[in-house]
This record gives sequence, structure tokens and C-alpha cells, in this order.
Amino acid sequence: MSKKEKHLSQFQLAMRQFGRNRLAIFCFWILVILYLSAAFADFLSPYSYNNEDRNYSYCPPTKIHFFENRKPVRPHIYGTHLTFNEIHKRVYVAEIKRRHDIKFFVKGDEYRLLGFFPARLHLFGVDAPGRIHLLGADSRGRDLLSRILFGARVSLSIGVAGVFISFIFGLLVGGVAGYYGGTTDNILMRLCEMFMMVPGFYLMLALRAAFPPDLNSLQVYFLIVVIFSFIGWASLARVVRGMSISLKEREYVLAAKAVGLSDFAIITRHILPHTVSYSIVAMAMSIPGYILGESALSLLGLGIQDPYASWGNLLSEAMGIVYIKFAPWILLPGLFIFVTVICFNVIGDALRDVMDPLLKMEGKAP
Amino acid sequence: MLRYIIRRILVAIPLLFGISLLTFVLIQITPGNFFDSLKLDPQISADTISRYEKLYHLDRPLLEQYFHWLRNLLKFDFGYSFFYNCPVSQVISGRLYNTFILSLASLLLTWLVAIPLGVWAAVNRGRGIDKILSFLSFAGLSVPSFFLAIILLYFASEGKILPLGGMQSINYDGLTQTEKMVDLLRHLAIPTIVISVGSIAALQRIMRGSMLETLRQQYVLAARARGLPEHRVVYVHTLRNAINPLVTIFGYHFSDLLSGAALIEIICSWPGLGSVMLTAVRAKDLYLVMASMLMGGILLLLGNLLADILLAWVDPRIRYE
Amino acid sequence: MTNPLLRIENLTIDIYSPDGVKELIRGLHLNIEESKIVALVGSSGSGKTSIGLSILRLLPAAMAIREGKIIFADEDILNVPLEKMRSLRGRDIAMVFQEPLSAFNPVFTIGCQMNEVLKFHTALSWRQRKGKILELLDSVGIPEPGRIAGQYPHQLSGGMRQRAMIAQAIAANPRLIIADEPTSNLDVTLQAHIIELFQKIRKELNIAMLLITHDLGVVNALADEIAVLSDGRIVEWGPTQGILKDPRHPFTTELVNSLVT
Repeated sequence: MSKKEKHLSQFQLAMRQFGRNRLAIFCFWILVILYLSAAFADFLSPYSYNNEDRNYSYCPPTKIHFFENRKPVRPHIYGTHLTFNEIHKRVYVAEIKRRHDIKFFVKGDEYRLLGFFPARLHLFGVDAPGRIHLLGADSRGRDLLSRILFGARVSLSIGVAGVFISFIFGLLVGGVAGYYGGTTDNILMRLCEMFMMVPGFYLMLALRAAFPPDLNSLQVYFLIVVIFSFIGWASLARVVRGMSISLKEREYVLAAKAVGLSDFAIITRHILPHTVSYSIVAMAMSIPGYILGESALSLLGLGIQDPYASWGNLLSEAMGIVYIKFAPWILLPGLFIFVTVICFNVIGDALRDVMDPLLKMEGKAP
Repeated sequence: MLRYIIRRILVAIPLLFGISLLTFVLIQITPGNFFDSLKLDPQISADTISRYEKLYHLDRPLLEQYFHWLRNLLKFDFGYSFFYNCPVSQVISGRLYNTFILSLASLLLTWLVAIPLGVWAAVNRGRGIDKILSFLSFAGLSVPSFFLAIILLYFASEGKILPLGGMQSINYDGLTQTEKMVDLLRHLAIPTIVISVGSIAALQRIMRGSMLETLRQQYVLAARARGLPEHRVVYVHTLRNAINPLVTIFGYHFSDLLSGAALIEIICSWPGLGSVMLTAVRAKDLYLVMASMLMGGILLLLGNLLADILLAWVDPRIRYE
Repeated sequence: MTNPLLRIENLTIDIYSPDGVKELIRGLHLNIEESKIVALVGSSGSGKTSIGLSILRLLPAAMAIREGKIIFADEDILNVPLEKMRSLRGRDIAMVFQEPLSAFNPVFTIGCQMNEVLKFHTALSWRQRKGKILELLDSVGIPEPGRIAGQYPHQLSGGMRQRAMIAQAIAANPRLIIADEPTSNLDVTLQAHIIELFQKIRKELNIAMLLITHDLGVVNALADEIAVLSDGRIVEWGPTQGILKDPRHPFTTELVNSLVT
């Protein structure tokens, strides 16, 4: 069996062991559901993210009724009417007369499927002028469920994109530094240390400030990805460098050199693949950090801006603490962040337990 | 030992230069500067603005500006803050102190809570309390700090026991010494708790792991074989060794604290280095941003240096090499 | 005829592994008389160390005593309360380990660790303990005991560490010392010194010893009796010279042959 095949089958063994961890698998499926929901946000949500109706400002979650006069009937909601009570507090009164049935596969706000095909199909909805807010509405009357689903797109993908770039960069720098040693190694490691020295949040702010505050959202998105990659690669690079130092002494590296393979090819094809186990775990464990970072930036108004949604900027409404009292549902985006982060942490932890023997093997000298 | 410290400091200096250069470059890539907003104001003549620019060397080539700044640094002159209209050192020193207090409080709380919890979990491995603590620390690790801050602030507004942010009550100056202390503690409570939760969770798990690892060592068996009471074996022999790996983390822990503190400072309106950094960044107050970054880097380096010294003190094997 | 100091009867030790439960030691019998040195020999992994550990009731979690009696000074110590056991450990029964570096806590000085033993097992005052430590270090042949007592384990040479460990074992005047491969990590000259030290201790302090080893050379030089462990039981047991000259069991024969060559 060639070295690469043996390595794969151990990897497969590790994956199988991971599969036995029920909690981790459960979290994995939760994440799959979240990511799929984000991908199909247009379809799943009853409204587009910027569909607002001030008449429904801070509307509480709509109650769904299954019975009418004690007879089971199609699930339906009632139209609401905004009034203010004696202490000038908002009260939404249901009007029994205006009944709207919940319909499935309705035509709603327009969107572009996969970015190309114009479509209008939504999973569920109600006829106008009724509005269904399963999770309540924000200050401008925008459906929170819809905004959370659209926000998921940003919050969930930024983690993956940012980590991916850090990963590549960290691996390359670490591999090169460990392989060449000497001055290259020294310089690169000092550079790493420098990046690790600056408190991440400060660096994030400074980097964000280096660009004009009024970029369009797509640019902001990429900017955030770049900023986080900038911060995150250093620690991975250091560890990969350590591994690279011990790996470069192995026989197959000497053999490759004898055959005349270029340094770059040796690094990428013979050294780096063996750092994969650790790097995967490191990646999984750092995604939550990116998600939290983006949320923090957006919370402060420096990230994704209105009207676009990200879980972070959805939470910024809750920052004016008083609103929480009569519209507690605006905290829900925070809950989604929490769940996502916990799932990633559980998976990362399980991966680390499973990869442990592999790590021990890779780290040892022959 | 002294040589060890000096060596560490010497290595740190180029790092600091690197940080300052990095900051400078970043801020300069920014299109525009503080005076842009002033330029829009018709009441301020172009003359005034160009006079200011000359005064702060903003019309000179970048490299020259950087060297000016470096030179002033050596005189402990951090430049002038346009936004606050006073020397940067004045703005920074007050804020530095506040951030320091907050970080110190979080550090203390974290270690005072996490170490005993970690030991407790390790000693009761596999039993109920271990499982509960494991679950709690997972939750604590994962909860977004800003989310927790918002929730706690909400409860504070309902409960009226703790203040809603800031560092001093309005009537601070009129209070007695003790009352001032209490006031400070009340304001510290929420930000400290929020910052500490994540650290406590992480540190507790590490402590537990370290204890379990140390308990497997031969010298623990030897200590038991000498008939020493169990509490001495665990709390003196094992703990003393299990703590060592944690001390190495101390420096990085400090760095995380500073970073995490910044965000919470902003949310809880704590007047520290983080919130001033945000303001400076938004206003493009060049020197203030640079000084904040530099301060952040210095605090970190100090933290790491402290960690190295502590480790040498705590582990005689390193001390005597 | 007094009873033996230590009597092991029908000892059975199980070992747990992911593959199930196995018997490591089955129905083992062994006696050690006062002031006698009994060598327990066997190949690596035969379970010799576990026998020593079970006397002190310090088996690791993966092993457990299923059956048997261990009678020390006419008391079945497998059934006494843990508190009593702790007072026996270090005071009546002491253990000397193979690797002294890992048997000493790296962050405390030698003197500090010896002081601990004296503090918990004797009624000596602080001043008396200090004196006793120096005395003990001197008695095991450590030069400059005052300086050594203030040093950390890693600062001492291998031979010194081993002596220090022995000094600490005899500190509270035990009646039995369990020595687990005490010379296996030392070079030949150091081995000779340690053997000499053990002989001196036995003569001057009348301490019995369970010498666990796989090295027949040491056995030959030191032990009064030899017990051969194979496949979980004692297959041969008797006076050292007798057995070495005339081994009965095939395993013993093998061992003896390797010594001769």
C-alpha cells in the first residue's frame, strides 16, 4: 500500500469514529439545515428581506389558529390592527373578521433563483393585506423570520470563506517557513508573531477604517472576509511550520528531492497533505470566531449595513435595550448565532478527539 | 533569570516597531483624513486647514511623517488628537487605566473561578458534577459575548440593582471613598462577567485536562505511596504541576481579554481603550488610532512577558537552564 | 517461629482493556520474612510491578484485585480502611521506583519532599526533621547533604537521585521496602553502589525488601530468596543460591542460562 493510501484509510477510520458520536452528528445536521435554509432563503421566507410595512412595526409573532368555532379548519391567521393602550404602548389587536388562510407555494416577492432565474414562488404566505410574521417584526415592520433567513446567508458564508482563505495562506506560509528554515523562517515567524500580537478586535477596526465607510454591501462583504483572513492565518501558520520542520526530514521528502522535484512541489504535494488533519480541526474550530467577528462588526455598524441583513446587524436593533422589553423577539438572531457557534464547537471538539491518534502519528519523527 | 527577561524585551522591541508601522500604513491607505470633514465646513478657511496640516506634518511625504511620529514617541509625545482637541497622551492615559481595571477584574474573576472548577471537575471525573460543568463550559464558550451583554443589560434595566453601563454614576464626585469603591464595583459587574464567561469556560476545561494529565504522572503515585493525605497529593503536588501549562496560556489569555474587552466596552459604554479606538477609527483621528493600537500591542507584550516570567518562577526546570 | 512479615495469599489481579477483562495474576502466594530480601523476577509485562502496587493498594484504574489476602504484620491490609492504609504507606511499607526523576515532584526540592514524609509519619519537630534529613542523606552516601537537600530533582545526577529516593524511603523506618526495578536505569558501576547501599540498609536497619526485577545479576548479589513469576503465578520459589544453581521450572532455567552467558 502506498503511503498516501494508508493515510486515506486512517482518515476514513477517523471519520467513521466521528460518525459514532451522536451529539456531533446531531449538530452536523443542524448546521446542514441552517446552511440549506440560507441557500434557499428566498423560497423559504414569506417575504423579501426589505419588504417593510410600518403598520406592523414591532408586531409580535403571529398566532396561527387551527380551529374556528371548535371545528378544525385550515390553519389561518387574523389581520391585525395597531392601536395604543392607555400607557401609549403598542397593542396589536386581532380582527376576527379578517381571516387569512395560510397558503403553501404562493406567489410572493420576486427574487432570482441562483442569481439568474426570476421567480416568485415562496414556501408559504398569506394573501395581502394580511401579513404573517412567524417570529415577529422589527421596527420597520419587516418580517424577522425572512430577515433571519437572509441574514444566515451572510453570517454563515463569511465564516467559511474567511477560514478558507486563512487556511490556504496559513498552510503556505507555514509550509514554506518550516521547509526553508533559516532567515526565511525567522522573518516569516516574526511576521506571524506580530500579527498575533495585535489584539484582533483592534486590528479589525483599523482595517475596516482603512476603507471608506460607504462601500456597497458586496464590497463590504469581501472586505470583511479579507480582514478576517488577515487576522486568522498567523496561528495556523505557526503550527504548520512546526509540523513542516519535522516532516521535511522524512524519507519521501529526501526521495522527492533526489528525483529533482521543485521545492514548491515538494511542499505542496508531500509536506502539506500531512498537515491536513490538524488544519481541518483548526479550521472547524475557528469558523465560530469569524461568525462572531462579522456579527460584532455589523453590530457596531461597520459591517453589513441596512437594508441588507446579517445576524449581527439584526441584533443592533436590540442594542437600544428598552426595545427588548416589549419586543423580545428581536433577540432571536442572537440565539441563532449561539446555536450555530455551539454546533461548530461540538463538531470541532469531536473532530479533535477523533484526529488525536492521527495527529500523534503525524507529529512524530520517523 | 534577568538575562532571560532582557532577552525577551529585546525581541519585543522590533515587534512593536512592526505594529506601529502596520498601523501607520493602514491609516494612511485610508482615502481622506480627519480634515476632510473640516474642509466641507464653509466657515473654516482653506488657509486654516493648510496651517493645521503643516502643523501636523500632514503635507509631508509619508515616510517623513512616520519618522516624526517615531521621534516624538521617544519623547513620550503621542501626537495630537483632532477629535478630542487635546494631546493624545491625555486621552489615552485615562482610557488605558479604565481598560486595565476592566481587564484585571476579568482576569481575577476568571482565574478565581476557573481553577477551582477545573480541579473539581477533574477530581470528580465522570461523575454528575463533571458532566454538568462540561455542558456549562461548552455553553459558556459558545455564547456570543455581545449577546450576553445585551441580555444582562436588559435584566439590569429591569432589576435596577446594577447600572446600565458607563463607569461612574452621575453623583460620583459627591460620594465617600467606600461609596466610590462600591460604585465602581457595581459598574464593573456586568462587563466583567460578560468578558469572563468565555475565559472561565475555556480555562476550566484546560485546567481539568491538565489536572487529569498530571494525576497520571509517576510522582503522584510516588506521593501516594509515601502515605501523604489525599488532599495534599491533589492540592499541593498535583495542582502545583498542573498549573504550569496554564501559566503559558496566561499571556495569550491576556491578549484575548483585551480584544474581547474592546467590544464589550463599547456595548456597555465603558470608557476604555476599545471604545476610544472605535471613535478614533470612525473619525479618522490618525494619531489617536495609532497610539491605541500601539498601546494594545504593548499591553499584550507585557502580558506575554509576565507570562514568561511567571512560568520561569513557577517551574524550576526552566529557571535553571 | 514468628509469622512472616508479609503474606500474600491467593492474589488474583484483573486487567481491563478495551478488548475485555483478563487475568494478569492468578492465585499468587508469596511470603516475606522480617529482614529478608525476596526477589520477584519475571519478564517485562508479567505483572511484577502490579504485585508491588497491590501491596500498597495503589493499582491504576485499569487493574483491580479480584481475590486474595495480603497480610502485613498479622493484619489483612486489603480490608483495612483507607486511612489506616495511608498511615502504613511510607511509614511501615515504603516504595522505591525505577525512575527517580519521575518519582520526585519536579517543582519541590529534595529536602522539602523528604520533610513531607517525616512530617506526616513522625512526631519530630521541624528542627529535628532538618537534622534527620541531613543524616539520612549522609547515610545513603550523598556528599554535601546540606546542598543537595536544597536542590531540585533535575539538578541531581542519576545516581544521586536514586540514593535520595532510597533515603526518603527509609526516612520513617519502614519494615518493608518494595523496590521496583531499582537498578534498571543505572549503569553498572552505579548499580554496584546501590546494591551495596541496600545491603547496608538491611544490615543496619533490619528492613525486609521485595525486590522486583528482571536482572538476575542483582538478584544474585542481593536476594536471600527468589520467586519466579510466569504466566500469572509463582512457578518457583526458594533460597537464591539453590534455585540459581539448580532451576526446576523451564522458565527459570531460561533465565539462569541468560545470566550465565
